[in-house]
Amino acid sequence: MAKFKAKKQNITIDMTPMVDLAFLLITFFMLTVKFRAPESLEVHVPSSIADTPLPAQDIMVISIAPDATGKGGRVFFGVDSKHTRLAILEKIQERYGYEFDEQEKRLFSVLPEIGVPFSQLKSYLNTSEAERKQVDKISSIPIDSTNNELKEWILFARYSNPKIRIAIRADEKTPYPVIARVIETLRDQKVHRFNLITTLEAQPKS
Amino acid sequence: MAAEVGGDSGAPKKGKKSGKAHKPKKRPRIDMTPMVDLGFLLLTFFVLTTTMSTPNTMPVVVPPKITEKDKDVEPPKISEDKVITLLVSRGKIYYYAGLEKNLQVTDFSPKTGIRKILLERRAEVEANYGKDEMIVIIKMMEDAQYRDFVDILDEMAVINQKKYALVEITPEEKDIVEEYRKTMEKTL
Repeated sequence: MAKFKAKKQNITIDMTPMVDLAFLLITFFMLTVKFRAPESLEVHVPSSIADTPLPAQDIMVISIAPDATGKGGRVFFGVDSKHTRLAILEKIQERYGYEFDEQEKRLFSVLPEIGVPFSQLKSYLNTSEAERKQVDKISSIPIDSTNNELKEWILFARYSNPKIRIAIRADEKTPYPVIARVIETLRDQKVHRFNLITTLEAQPKS
Repeated sequence: MAAEVGGDSGAPKKGKKSGKAHKPKKRPRIDMTPMVDLGFLLLTFFVLTTTMSTPNTMPVVVPPKITEKDKDVEPPKISEDKVITLLVSRGKIYYYAGLEKNLQVTDFSPKTGIRKILLERRAEVEANYGKDEMIVIIKMMEDAQYRDFVDILDEMAVINQKKYALVEITPEEKDIVEEYRKTMEKTL
């Protein structure tokens, strides 16, 4: 009879199930991941109890942040789809007579937000990414009553995509008069229903 | 032969005692550690970058502008007993009920702030006129910030107040608030 001796053995753990699980999860996250679009304008949105999620499609976002003085505001504009962006650029060409070449169009179609006056758009699209970041720190779409380009942006976007909805993503420190101006601009165009983007806050127990 | 159990670490090896030097057939084993490392690295990356929470939105409805066409249309008359007017400043709310312009001040604190005032006023209106009759008029002051705007709309959602209106502040009301602030300073 063979004597069984206690043998020192290397304990090896079968890692196969773990690996299976890990790769399953990787696949899941890779498929569901949606990278947050880099924002040109840094905005800290206030919190509210509203819990309706923002629709991912057919949406235009008006971003508002206070300017350096804290008295005024800076306004950026973005739409969700490349297709709409290109259509908007077409409209800008028609309306203002600027000519954009293929390269500028391509760049415009990938920028999530724009915050320069129409007159500076062409030169903005021709600068490097680092320079654009610098410009984004101070620039804004004009919203004065004499020169309200935001109105044009909204008009072009609604022409390009009639189903589009409007969301306002404003910084919580933005002075109210700036918000009022944007809302006035919307009302001027008979937009009476829009959304404010907020972060979720727990509903207080009553 | 029973010699090829080498891959299975759990089973005791047989046939070892046979005197013959026999090379056991080994099943090739792949060290999976680096793969697992990489796998978990990627997993961590995707878990961290994935944005599970989409931003939420708060719907706002504003009244249409008064155009030339409806200049002659009389604005709807509402009883002043049903109304509470809120003048929203930065973190502070000046309010008065009805038409009497004796201002009082409150803030956004959850227990003692505007919510309590609104609920009290609503109970008052409800006792006299019935349910859902109170009307809140919100007037934003120039020194208010966007946060105050969201807060006050949020407050409407919290107490489930359906009837409210965003109205532009009048110069008269600005004066009243200014006066109120001055008298408050004096008493301090």
